[in-house]
Amino acid sequence: MSKLQNAIIGGVRAVLGQVPAAWLPGGTPDPLIDKRVALGGQQSRVDGPDKVRGVARFAAEVPMEDLLYATFVHSTIARGRIVELDTSAAEAAPGVQLVMTHRNAPKMSVPPAIGITNLKAAGNHTLPIMQSSEIRWNGQVVAVVLADTREKADHAATLVRVRYEASPARTRFEVGKRSAYTPESLLVERNRLDKGDAGKKLAEAAFKIDAVYTTPWENHNPIEPHAATIVWRDGKLIVHDATQMINATAGSLAKIFGLKAEDVHVSSPYVGGGFGAKGMWDHQILGAAAARLSGRPVRITLSRASMHRLVGGRTRTEQRVALGADADGKLKALLHHGYGVKPLHSVCDEAFSLTGRSLYASESFDVVQHYVDLDLLANSFMRGPGETPGTFAIECAMDELAHAIGMDPIELRRRNASTRDPVSGAPHSQNAMMAAYDLGAARIGWDRRTPEPGTRRDGEWLIGMGCASGTFPFTRMPGSSARITIDAEGHAHVASAAHEMGMGTATVQRQHTADRLGLPLDHVTVTIGDSSLPFASFAGGSSQTASLAAAISAASRKLATELIQLAGNDTPLAGLKASEVEFADGGLRSVENPARQESFVSILRRASRRELSVIGESGAPLEILKFSMHSTSAIFCELRVSEVTGEIRVDRLVGAFDCGRILNTKTATSQFKGGMIMGLGMALAEETLLDERTGRIMSTSLADYHVPVHLDVPDIDVLWTDIADPRAPLGARGIGEIGTTGVAAAVANAVFNATGKRVRELPLTLDRLI
Amino acid sequence: MPIRVNGAEVPPPDDARISLLDLLREHLHLTGTKKGCDQGACGACTVLLDGNRVLSCLTLAAQAEGSDVRTIEGLAGDRGGLHLLQQAFIERDGLQCGYCTPGQICSAIAMAEELRRGDPSYVTLDVAAGPPVVTRAEIRERMSGNLCRCGAHNGIVEAIEDMLAETAR
Repeated sequence: MSKLQNAIIGGVRAVLGQVPAAWLPGGTPDPLIDKRVALGGQQSRVDGPDKVRGVARFAAEVPMEDLLYATFVHSTIARGRIVELDTSAAEAAPGVQLVMTHRNAPKMSVPPAIGITNLKAAGNHTLPIMQSSEIRWNGQVVAVVLADTREKADHAATLVRVRYEASPARTRFEVGKRSAYTPESLLVERNRLDKGDAGKKLAEAAFKIDAVYTTPWENHNPIEPHAATIVWRDGKLIVHDATQMINATAGSLAKIFGLKAEDVHVSSPYVGGGFGAKGMWDHQILGAAAARLSGRPVRITLSRASMHRLVGGRTRTEQRVALGADADGKLKALLHHGYGVKPLHSVCDEAFSLTGRSLYASESFDVVQHYVDLDLLANSFMRGPGETPGTFAIECAMDELAHAIGMDPIELRRRNASTRDPVSGAPHSQNAMMAAYDLGAARIGWDRRTPEPGTRRDGEWLIGMGCASGTFPFTRMPGSSARITIDAEGHAHVASAAHEMGMGTATVQRQHTADRLGLPLDHVTVTIGDSSLPFASFAGGSSQTASLAAAISAASRKLATELIQLAGNDTPLAGLKASEVEFADGGLRSVENPARQESFVSILRRASRRELSVIGESGAPLEILKFSMHSTSAIFCELRVSEVTGEIRVDRLVGAFDCGRILNTKTATSQFKGGMIMGLGMALAEETLLDERTGRIMSTSLADYHVPVHLDVPDIDVLWTDIADPRAPLGARGIGEIGTTGVAAAVANAVFNATGKRVRELPLTLDRLI
Repeated sequence: MPIRVNGAEVPPPDDARISLLDLLREHLHLTGTKKGCDQGACGACTVLLDGNRVLSCLTLAAQAEGSDVRTIEGLAGDRGGLHLLQQAFIERDGLQCGYCTPGQICSAIAMAEELRRGDPSYVTLDVAAGPPVVTRAEIRERMSGNLCRCGAHNGIVEAIEDMLAETAR
């Protein structure tokens, strides 16, 4: 990301600062903020019955005649080249149809990088794929074996012989830090922030904290492995994928294989967990290449080891946070510097240093982050990218500062919570973080906490309580579209190439559409998950619900216009403009005189139409450049630490969220809890282990990479302020990622309260506590 | 000897390497049973083998010869509809992406039987005191072999409690 981008975005922000808010999207608050029937209720997910019966079909489960199974052979060096490649034994093995290597792979362009200006690009890295003997990371695919059964492909893959000539590889973080680079921008923000004289203010502060916090490399590890079932038919490429980037994958595959966009079809109705990992990686590309070369359909299901070798995770981070406060706890200085790994071929930012820029009204800021370029697999976004590691550092530092001052940690936040953007001065669209703190504190019983660490005990167990703020920005993607079709029975059918990975996408948009069109829930169906449907952006950045809602809302306005035209002059609606009618009771009616109304069924029948279809599109998200739009949360944790073993048992987690209005209390609760449980894993167990000598990941199974299991997960309470964001569609900001933020800090702060030990490195394993 | 899968007899596969999981998914197209890791670490492939829960990825198909295999597709029985626990999963939102769900459900059904016959667990306070008291800790410990990455754990435990309460009546 470039200086040019900074200049453009800075320019747009400056202009929008002068533009009246009413002219921007959300200038008039969405009427559905208050007018709710289905929205805000407790709806079970619509795909629940199919999922519990095991009939929801995932990517690796699409039946296909003549199918070949692909298995990958991965490089065992980090940098260098292949000097000898013997595939003869593999090719001679029973059932093998093809061994593809750089010697016979078709020509493929480099993947187009994911970017804010191209929603049809899905490349997480920009390296050529299987085009030469060059090796760029340990685990890169050097051969694809296709056989008529998986067992035969797996066996034959072991017969491929590869000899390498290794070059010196850069695989050590500490060494790489010395030549780290400093990007100009992070996502859409400028990287370097220097406001006030933070160094001087820190030196003069009555209280100060200056510490380094580290978080490890982490991997998403969805339970469904990455998989695709791929077939070429009449020159067209059909990919049944597990992806949260349907259109971007289709667009990228078209580029890579030199096809017209309409000749690539990507279908992904169900995704077995994504969390940022289910984008386009080398496996879909290699699978498509092998299918083309073999002339037969191919199924690739990554093994857990292949997932770790081919699908990037969240970079490790090292963050220095320095806070200076006056005697009253008011922040005078906030310094946040740090390092993450981002190879030059890697696309996704881990923008941890954005966290502290919006939460607290410090008088001065000195913030910048650097990247270490190593010969490793590219990163990807992982749930709550940036803010998840960022809140660990900032929120532990806040807890340390509170302790140094002798102030209650909630009170410290109350004195510093921002009332507008602390950097730009832009107004908040809505923010009630302290209301979330009040809710959470009451629920967990914060008054039971003893400020002095190590003073609550039950036998060998030391008991503690901690809290932390979470935060994640609001995002809405432009260009997402949705089709609404009204049929002769007056039912509405919504279609969009959106994604379902467990968020309840169709469930919530069904509620939305019912309320938008004044229909009962059972008159609405929602179809998603296929590139043949109207274009939708990716499911990421907690943007999908808002983007789809804006698209459906836009479609509903077109629908009103077209219905009035269709109704003609022989209708009680005659003479009314679209702005003078509203949807109600399965039709349209005059806002002024509700007696003037006509149903969809009646309008269509009179026009002799079987159905009416319109497509609406979400516009540019200018509101996020004028307003400071961030969700916030207050996370609380109560836990025990064994004095004997250092074992941590988390007894309670409470998350109180300020994310605008909640659309479906049942699925939202699950989203928040899910995010918090990933935060719990980050706090206690998760770590991708890298052998820095070889650049090889060691923890490539679920036995080595520990995610929370049932016994690790306590009863979790989820609360919300439910205050509408007047600038957001439906008054709601995204909720998918924020749950993860702040949790690791709340756990670490509770550990400090229990034991008096301040651990600044994640995960909080036993060895760090005894 | 044939393998009985949800009541239907199927011949054992010719390739001895084929796991019960791959037999179900790739040969019988019973894709309700999920492959999460193929290494016995995640529990997504849990099925009932003669009523006991097994990891079908670590079970060779040949080991199931002469046995009765029940998968998620066979839980509701011939009546169709939903098993009590399947319904409870929907009510309690004990799922998000749905990929670990069939394994969780099969596992929990066998776990209920283990509890009923008095098998102790790591968290059972007094193993001599007769059948363990059903607590959330007991359920959590016994279900810990079934990973969920979406974080549906609370809902899963509540759904299992609902089933246990219903069947205890």
